[in-house]
Amino acid sequence: MIEQKQQEIIEEFAFFEEWMHKYEHIIELGKEMKGLSDEEKKDDLLVAGCQSKVWLKASLQSNGTVHFEADSDAIITRGLVALVVGVFNEETPEDILKANIHFMNDIGLVSNLSQTRSNGLAAMVKQILLFATVFQAQQKSN
Amino acid sequence: MDNDTLQHKMKELRNQFPTLNQTVHGRPLVYLDNAATTQKPQRVIDSVTEYYTKWNANIHRGAHFLANASTEKFEATRSALAEMLHANFREEIIFTQGSTDSVNMLSTILENEVEEGDEIWVTEMEHHANFVPWQVLAEKKKAIFRYIPMTPSGEWDMDYAKRELGSKAKIVAFNYVSNALGTINPVEELIALARSAGACVVIDGAQAVAHFDINVQTLNCDFFLFSAHKMYGPTGLGILWGKKELLEELPPYRYGGEMIRKVSVTGTTFNELPFKYEAGTPNIEAVIAFNESISFCKEVGRENMHAHEYFLLKTATARLKEIEGMTVYADLPNKVGVLSFNVEGIHSADIGTLLDQQGIAVRTGHHCTQPLWEKLGTTGSVRASFACYNTLEDVELFIEALNKSVNMLR
Repeated sequence: MIEQKQQEIIEEFAFFEEWMHKYEHIIELGKEMKGLSDEEKKDDLLVAGCQSKVWLKASLQSNGTVHFEADSDAIITRGLVALVVGVFNEETPEDILKANIHFMNDIGLVSNLSQTRSNGLAAMVKQILLFATVFQAQQKSN
Repeated sequence: MDNDTLQHKMKELRNQFPTLNQTVHGRPLVYLDNAATTQKPQRVIDSVTEYYTKWNANIHRGAHFLANASTEKFEATRSALAEMLHANFREEIIFTQGSTDSVNMLSTILENEVEEGDEIWVTEMEHHANFVPWQVLAEKKKAIFRYIPMTPSGEWDMDYAKRELGSKAKIVAFNYVSNALGTINPVEELIALARSAGACVVIDGAQAVAHFDINVQTLNCDFFLFSAHKMYGPTGLGILWGKKELLEELPPYRYGGEMIRKVSVTGTTFNELPFKYEAGTPNIEAVIAFNESISFCKEVGRENMHAHEYFLLKTATARLKEIEGMTVYADLPNKVGVLSFNVEGIHSADIGTLLDQQGIAVRTGHHCTQPLWEKLGTTGSVRASFACYNTLEDVELFIEALNKSVNMLR
């Protein structure tokens, strides 16, 4: 459940009182994420990014859910990418498309996702929705 | 003036800048993004308010008291700019929307001066705004787009320029000071070279005007442009100075109100300078308020500003070098207060994010100079840039926050 996963992240972050600890956690998530191999980090997987780059890969699985893998060249963005991927991963295209993504604002790390062009996160969410739209169309035609 | 007196004098200036007196993320704001835009002194802010409170009227055409008053104030800024730049004629000062707008105007009105096979020159150090318009013009006219390379130390390769820049060059456009690195370029040398080639000389002075005095006569260039907002003035206003005989000769850029003499169904004749290049209602309040920025810089003295900023730059550079894995770009004697750096293994955006959390405002990324970073073998940097109102305490807070950020990211 996308909403449930968001609530878990919000609770997790409520635990940190200082900005430093929040960011240390994000950096830790960034370091832990498997990410993509250097061969995969090519322009065709690049979703955008003015300052830091974000790469995103998606596949529709046989059980009808979507599997995402992503990466970034900046560690903080990588940590945020890990959170976003975690929320959307293994969900159906239908659930992804109707999701209301609010956790970024709630944890106070990205004040307004839609305006944060510079770290590529907004473009990443947009690309996730685009993948979901395509996969949903594929499912319907099958 | 000795350094302590200068420090003291500059510190007092801070009180004139209300934006500096605030906290962000619970920390006192340390504003080190002055190469992007400077903060505005209270007198500039007051002038904008006063304009809309007392003087708002469209200029140059109204037959009433307010229109005459606003026109007078508007034109007073033009005169002040002519004096500031040592222009021969006040009508050589053209108001545009900014430096980007000025370059686009020039690359358009100079179109007929360029023929197939001619060369248009820039440098590898240019801001995209003084690079792309010329590249597009060259493509359009089947001209050859060439550039003076930058050395790894962040300077122009003048040997290359001397060797390659010849009589085929029609336009040579370059920045006085690099926005990404802060290098003060040997413009006199390049102007002399371009002059002997018979080329038209365009100088992007956006990063220069807040740090030292400019004399367009002694520079002997054809066009000199800059933005008001990088000189403690309002945004949305550019200043383009051009030689009168050229501006009179060249075609108009935009067509519309104000710039015409007579319009009829059979044809239109255009107004004289400077109005020929100022179609439509301009950014009146910005022009009027900019006069206050001009006075501010004159009163403080650009030699004082530069000396102070240079002192901060050198202090910060020395402290920065104590950090392991530090690369400072263009660590040269001839610089304005721009400090561009990277820490090995750490992305500039990460440093910028963590500095921001600690109240430190810097710029990160490519600073709109991608060819420059390609030459330096990276994609961007962290850039801290100083203005007259920054202090040694700002430098201390910056270094402390930077050390903390680097430790978190390692």
